[in-house]
Amino acid sequence: MASSSLTKSKTSIIHHLKSTKFPLLYFTNHTSSIRNSHNLLHTISSPPLPVPRCATSSRINPFIVFSRCFESVCVGRRLHSAASASNDVRQFPAEAPSQQVLDFPGGKVKFTPKLAFTSGSTEERVPCYRVLDDSGQPIIDSDSLKISKELAVKMYSDMVTLEVMDTIFYEAQRQGRISFYATTMGEEAINIASAAALHNDDFVFPQYREPGVLLWRGFPLQEFAHQCFGNKYDNGKGRQMPIHYGSRKHNYFTVASTVATQIPHAVGAAYSLKMEKQDSCVITYFGDGGSSTADFHAAVNFAAVLEVPVIFFCRNNGWAISTPINEQLRSDGIVVRGKAYGVPSIRIDGNDALAIYSAVHKARKMAIEEQTPVLIEALTYRTGHHSTSDDSTKYRSIDEIEQWRGGQNPVKRFRKWMESKGWWSDEAESEHHCSTRKQLSQAIQAAEQVEKPTIADMFNDVYDVLPKNLMEQEAFIRKTIKKHTQDYPSDVPL
Amino acid sequence: MYNCHRSDRSIDFSHQLLLPASYPHSVFAIIVNHNSFFFLFYPVFQGEKMWGILSQKLGAARGLSSQVVGNYVLRLRLAPSAMPMRHYSSATKEMTVRDALNSALDEEMAADPNVFVMGEEVGEYQGAYKITKGLLDKYGPERVVDTPITEAGFAGIGVGSAYHGLRPVIEFMTFNFSMQAIDHIINSAAKSNYMSAGQINVPIVFRGPNGPAAGVGAQHSQCYGAWYGSVPGLKVLVPYSSEDARGLLKAAIRDPDPVVFLENELLYGETFPISAEALDSSFCLPIGKAKIEREGKDITITAFSKMVGYALKAAEILEKEGINAEVINLRSIRPLDRATINASVRKTNRLVTVEEGFPQHGVGAEICATVVEDSFGYLDAPVERIAGADVPTPYAANLERMAFPQIEDIVRAAKRACYRSVPMAASA
Repeated sequence: MASSSLTKSKTSIIHHLKSTKFPLLYFTNHTSSIRNSHNLLHTISSPPLPVPRCATSSRINPFIVFSRCFESVCVGRRLHSAASASNDVRQFPAEAPSQQVLDFPGGKVKFTPKLAFTSGSTEERVPCYRVLDDSGQPIIDSDSLKISKELAVKMYSDMVTLEVMDTIFYEAQRQGRISFYATTMGEEAINIASAAALHNDDFVFPQYREPGVLLWRGFPLQEFAHQCFGNKYDNGKGRQMPIHYGSRKHNYFTVASTVATQIPHAVGAAYSLKMEKQDSCVITYFGDGGSSTADFHAAVNFAAVLEVPVIFFCRNNGWAISTPINEQLRSDGIVVRGKAYGVPSIRIDGNDALAIYSAVHKARKMAIEEQTPVLIEALTYRTGHHSTSDDSTKYRSIDEIEQWRGGQNPVKRFRKWMESKGWWSDEAESEHHCSTRKQLSQAIQAAEQVEKPTIADMFNDVYDVLPKNLMEQEAFIRKTIKKHTQDYPSDVPL
Repeated sequence: MYNCHRSDRSIDFSHQLLLPASYPHSVFAIIVNHNSFFFLFYPVFQGEKMWGILSQKLGAARGLSSQVVGNYVLRLRLAPSAMPMRHYSSATKEMTVRDALNSALDEEMAADPNVFVMGEEVGEYQGAYKITKGLLDKYGPERVVDTPITEAGFAGIGVGSAYHGLRPVIEFMTFNFSMQAIDHIINSAAKSNYMSAGQINVPIVFRGPNGPAAGVGAQHSQCYGAWYGSVPGLKVLVPYSSEDARGLLKAAIRDPDPVVFLENELLYGETFPISAEALDSSFCLPIGKAKIEREGKDITITAFSKMVGYALKAAEILEKEGINAEVINLRSIRPLDRATINASVRKTNRLVTVEEGFPQHGVGAEICATVVEDSFGYLDAPVERIAGADVPTPYAANLERMAFPQIEDIVRAAKRACYRSVPMAASA
């Protein structure tokens, strides 16, 4: 219950609250929704009344504002409340002093004579949606989509491919063959299952721990290798560090190291989709650390105001390099932040591929049909180090890592489910492992042999058209290289 | 190497308070000379004595006495000087810069449905400075978006929408607020084309008033020309007249690269004659070309934005004293029109750069460097840099006036470059 200090008039106040459409209702509806499993995919977060964007300007005639705002752009906000049927303000006589309301910009607000602060934390945390239990068995009566064998096999094998790719590239870095790598260990289900639930024309704005989305969409293993080696076949032209993949063709925006800058970008791109009235959405991924940034808050707030089809997917993996979650935030995770900004949100089990698939599928449908942002917080664990520059055993216990690597491991859980359905076997496993390892080793060897990008690639793409000063600099460099060939590395082509 | 470097001495305002309020000259604008020795002067009352010694030294270094040099310039003055040429075509129409920007936005939004405007107060309020007046009514809230107060938020969102094919025009209420969003301007917009190897271009325009206005204090008066001008991947434009405003804004909106468009609040209300050609909806000025506002033979004065007006007035004063000044309106800080600047200096042999921003690492520093690199042999005098004072802008009107270049400073600098003996400071 929101307020912990209700006194004798508690029952009458609850009665008032239940029958009106006000924010405090979120908590009560929340508890009722736990019992009512059909509402697990929604939490109430939209304001009860449609609000024109410009309502706060006192000089504007609200009527004109209302009429203007409800052209094709503004979608009237619908209540996601399960209890909406029982809400009827007209039950109460409007005149009694105790029922006076404040007609405030943004919606009516009921008064209360009780001096009570909403508690900073809730006793009961937002529950976590899952479909498979710890041993990979489906939970009875879970809301989940049926998936075909073909889809399930592709999902599982891509998860394994991702695991193997991480292992091999990590080893390559340790051997000094590439300069840097960051694994996705522990988050394979998030990567693959979320990608599986999207369409190929849904635009992806990743952080840097989502190469699996690109893998799912068909980015070849060889191209991953080319990017990591920064050779001339890298479609990033060797401009960036390893793991900074990007592919226009696959609607996967190039990874940038800057944390959480992709979140407002995603909202902007979603705005563009909305203006073009496309039947697709945008998804953006970030971690628990990224949710502390200014960009996150501005973007989520904006997305709610602009009403754009974007999915905010937070990979709450417990650690932001060495900062554990309890030093990162004190709210009930990130899911409650969606509520704060008026965005429908859900918390899901990030190690359960089927739960992720169903949730993202539903979120996508909501985002597009209702033109609303959606926030998904997936609880998972980063079993690998933050990157090859990190040794996480320095700040967390090996036992903790092993525990998550064992039982909760998303790949193992999904495999158990696959085997229980007879869709996978030990032979399939070893065969897939072998062939993937071989493919990846070959990819790395091939990428290592390829030349680096040419000098010309250093100067183009700064602007749309190569400017004169850069042409001069390039000419000057070539002249210098010609003059001092012995000082120029031999493996860099001209 | 710095001699007489006084940058660690704080400005002594107590002297100033004793002066009469009508004291015309600014004391604290920084004036910098480049020579074989670098001298940095904070002009204080004793400064002019030092300057006298210095000019003798300079003359000696060049093997000429300052008298001789002064005579030489005098002889130059006797030659017929060109009439100051106005480069506006004979126009009957006039337009304020505000209307020029408004009409340019209107026309570009009409021509391309992907263009949209986003910023604080751009819609219902008709724009904080009324630049976007009437656009909300004409194009609706989809294309004129009022935002919450988060520059980082809406700049990032603008960049994201540009990634996906829209052409946003992001307004900062002043560029001082762009510092909140500078990571998105530089790391998300400017560098994206390069970092994505040409896969992602960002056709975005960031515009708004830049530099000082009148009495807006330190945190609202900084000029960002030098900051953004140093970033590869950005284009930085600085219009002066209405024609500049129209042509450059249209060019910026049509450009596939991110453009930072630095306007000036005090210029918004100024009226300029405008040609029929400039009023046409397809009118566009090339990015990276400076304009010679006034041709001359004796000295080159480069300026941008409001300082162009000051430089032109200074040129008129100099004309009466026999110095024929060429005034260059930069129009574009990045790319800098080095060709025009160098050609002009090779003609006149003397250069004064004028800007309102802070002196260190300013636009004038880059212009001076480019001239020294390309046309050193043509210089007959050290380059004079005129910039704002190296202090956070004071609020009091008399102090604010002294913190920014005034016409008299430009005149004095030009005369010094012409070896006229002239007081360094306003105290004379």
